[in-house]
Amino acid sequence: MDKKQRSKKQKSTEAPRHIFQLLWAVITNSFVTGFIQGRIYTGSLKNLCVPGLNCYSCPGALGSCPIGSLQSLISSRNYKFTFYVSGFLIFIGAVFGRFVCGWLCPFGLVQDLLHKIPFPKKLRTFRGDKILRKLKYVILLVFVIILPMVIVDITGQGDPWFCKYICPAGMLQGGLPLTLLNEGLRDTIGFLYAWKFVILAITVILSIIIYRPFCKYICPLGAIYSFFNKISVFTLRCDKEKCVECGKCGKVCKMNVDPKEAPNHSECIRCGLCEKNCPTGAISCNWKTGSNKNSENIKPENNDEY
Amino acid sequence: MKNKTPNKYGIAAAVVGVLMMIFGIYRGEAEAVLAKAVRICLECIGIG
Repeated sequence: MDKKQRSKKQKSTEAPRHIFQLLWAVITNSFVTGFIQGRIYTGSLKNLCVPGLNCYSCPGALGSCPIGSLQSLISSRNYKFTFYVSGFLIFIGAVFGRFVCGWLCPFGLVQDLLHKIPFPKKLRTFRGDKILRKLKYVILLVFVIILPMVIVDITGQGDPWFCKYICPAGMLQGGLPLTLLNEGLRDTIGFLYAWKFVILAITVILSIIIYRPFCKYICPLGAIYSFFNKISVFTLRCDKEKCVECGKCGKVCKMNVDPKEAPNHSECIRCGLCEKNCPTGAISCNWKTGSNKNSENIKPENNDEY
Repeated sequence: MKNKTPNKYGIAAAVVGVLMMIFGIYRGEAEAVLAKAVRICLECIGIG
């Protein structure tokens, strides 16, 4: 199979996931009036968080962003720890793991689509890639937890540091549409807006060259869910009895994971590409785990793929 | 390949998560999330 045919096959196997991602993004951002009037939804559904990175200041957003909510509560004077949002993240992580990144995150979809734009030299990996992947854990600890909790004003209120200085999803989903539609907001833009616009522009350009750079290196939500990939109820398995060691699964994986060696590696976003490309059906995504010695589902330490 | 039951650690963590959510709702955290989410987050959109 030549390169063109291979890419065509890969494209066709990804279509159902992209349709699912798109449907989920549309359902969770279906407050059409917000897009028409330049305002946001203010109904009670916003009590609930959505599993993916979805800015609650997107005009269409029906739910709350879990990272925004987490920062908002731990930076408030009333709560310094949030059982509600932490419990939500633990629940979603324990059930789905990073399936959320692959299937339920609107910003993941944006990056997936951007990576389809042709570019002369797409980067699969590079020197420093492995170290850079740890950056998202630093961002989670410093910008999402420590700074909002510790740096507070005289009333005891902190800032949502990640949302304010880093998150490009907020700019894309909230900043751009609201300033385009709302003249009052447009008049107030300044340096911070320019800063966040530059971050978004860099993310867009990098997404064309590298597969999901934000998810790999920056996203604190992906970092949280990655802790649960090894124990999540929805899991990826590789049956060693069926595996013929062809290495196809590792070659097609855009997150640079080797599913044969570490099917539940913290970087796996459960996109299912390895499962669809496995010639013997050795890899499967399902809700069950096994004690069979021939099937591996917890072996993260052996993966040095990226 | 023998399929067994879902991962027990995953289920245990999910139960812990649900209990934490219930306690958080009891503490009034869901209302605090709502109060934040129904106003435009100026920090998020790069205004302030």
